[in-house]
Amino acid sequence: MTTPGAPPPLPPVLLRVSNLKTYFVTEHGKGTARAVDDVSFDLYPGETLGIVGESGCGKTVTSLSILRLVPEPPGHVLPGSLIEFEGRNLLALPAPELRAVRGNQIAMIFQEPMTSLNPVFTIGDQIAEAAIIHQHLSRRAARARAIEMLRLVGIPDPDERVDHYPHQLSGGMRQRVMIAMALVCHPKVLIADEPTTALDVTIQAQILELLDRLQHELGMSVLLITHDLGVVAGHADRVVVMYAGRVVETAPTDALFDRPTHPYTEGLLAAVPRIDAPRTRLHAIPGQVPAATAWPSGCRFHPRCPYAWDKCAAQEPPLLETGTAGHTARCWLVSEPARKVSKQ
Amino acid sequence: MTLGTWLALFVALVLAAELVRLLRQRAMRQERWRRFFRHRTTTWGLGILAFLVIVALAAPLIAPFDPNKQLDIVHLTNHPPSWTFLLGTDGVSRDVWSRTVFGARVSLGIGALGAFVAVALGTFVGAVAGYYQRWVDAVLMRGVDVGLALPRIFILLMAVALWDGLPFAALIIVIGLTSWFGTSRLVRAEVLSLRQRDFVVAARALGAGSGRVIFRHVLPNAAAPIIVSAALGVGNVLLLEASLSFLGIGVKPPDPTWGNMIADNAPSIYTAPWSTLFPGLAISFVILSLNAVADGVRDALDPREEAA
Repeated sequence: MTTPGAPPPLPPVLLRVSNLKTYFVTEHGKGTARAVDDVSFDLYPGETLGIVGESGCGKTVTSLSILRLVPEPPGHVLPGSLIEFEGRNLLALPAPELRAVRGNQIAMIFQEPMTSLNPVFTIGDQIAEAAIIHQHLSRRAARARAIEMLRLVGIPDPDERVDHYPHQLSGGMRQRVMIAMALVCHPKVLIADEPTTALDVTIQAQILELLDRLQHELGMSVLLITHDLGVVAGHADRVVVMYAGRVVETAPTDALFDRPTHPYTEGLLAAVPRIDAPRTRLHAIPGQVPAATAWPSGCRFHPRCPYAWDKCAAQEPPLLETGTAGHTARCWLVSEPARKVSKQ
Repeated sequence: MTLGTWLALFVALVLAAELVRLLRQRAMRQERWRRFFRHRTTTWGLGILAFLVIVALAAPLIAPFDPNKQLDIVHLTNHPPSWTFLLGTDGVSRDVWSRTVFGARVSLGIGALGAFVAVALGTFVGAVAGYYQRWVDAVLMRGVDVGLALPRIFILLMAVALWDGLPFAALIIVIGLTSWFGTSRLVRAEVLSLRQRDFVVAARALGAGSGRVIFRHVLPNAAAPIIVSAALGVGNVLLLEASLSFLGIGVKPPDPTWGNMIADNAPSIYTAPWSTLFPGLAISFVILSLNAVADGVRDALDPREEAA
């Protein structure tokens, strides 16, 4: 974790996303949805980077873009985007080399454990698949590996469970299976796209603890995508807040919670129920994320922002340094803090 | 019918029953195949198919007469079923039972192989079109439209006209090549919906290539409609072979097939119904049994079906 104050020496970047633009052409050419619009962030070895935002902010499209899993058409990643993994641009990689990265170096777990497993194969077969693809293990060795992975992710009776079908498992168990599938080749990066959204709260905590433990044991980096700031607080080292296809704030987790700078982040934090505060109505950010085909001019948050003034509608701020190391926000308030007067 | 042929027929029945019993016994050890035998109709269907296959293989033992021999063109035409002629004789005094038994060889052979060629090709084309979409899909599906629009008999007539004395293997291939269009549409529709499913994206995220995704993740989930279409396909091929024989371009006479027996004897259907009824029944039995077996296979392939 980065400590505020003295800038620590940064290790080499493992995964660099820079100027990523993923657009979708909507039907009948009515418009272009700019789902991810100029997003940049770095992922360092061994850290957990949280990506937070409401539904429709471009989090999932960002994660799919990294492994080039965006359906084309209608989606396409614009030229000029760069996704650099260990010095190679994944966006320019030929298909066979890309497949060698997927599941092997960078793995992914999905939001819906109920539908992300193939219903007609045993979980053992599915966990073994990546090992067979990338390490060319024999069926027998792959099966042993699958059992070992099931044990690692804490599934009881792995010898028996390996022959079960997905429908025989609960949601939490299936998510553990998904994690086992993703980690079977010991990837360097794990992209976890809302890994706990479909699960109930107690199972959520177990799955997140499991991810933490495995990250520690295997020494991988995790890109944790979530809409839940509570999840980020407990598990991420740094946070990227996304809004309307843009990064609006990046900060070390502590700094973000201590001094949220962008009004959107502030709004998100105010919307989290707190056990130590008097019980009042939960705060809500008025309005909704606008449609990706028609982002507002200027700062994309200004129609919903309690502090917005004319400059915000006219001109979009760049990511501005807040003064804390590694903490930037895309808000004019950083340069003009005196303007922070709520209209309401 | 001689004692020997009765005995051979009896042995064939016992063999078929015993085969099914053994299979069933073995199947009980494994969950998946237990589901296969869950329905009684499936077991019966399998038994009937096994019996017909054994009969086809052992045709010379079970048939009392030479199927092509005109026994007595003066006295024995359209003889009704009797102990000597179990299913009667046809208009040129050939034994219907012997012809039905030998006809099983050709009919089952053409049916199985023709349907196999058709379903394999249809599945492949449908999967490729549905998975790759865009221009691949457009080209393949317009081709299928053309194939469906052209009358099949016309294509077959052309093939026969261009290829004098069509050999058996070529007949199967020609039938297969003209029967896959429906299957390919069906499979394409399944693949179009399956390729959007989360587990397909998950498989690609694991580094699976297109071939692996199509054949391991997409098609097994489309197994049920493919198998049902294969079962129906066998029936269609049997009927197609019948109409080809009717037009005189199928299997060369006098060799019997169920189709050409019906075609040859259709004029005497009111006076001597036995010579068309029994080959017709044989076709019906095959199709019914295949459907029953297809249901069982579909259940066996779908692990979500809980064992009863």
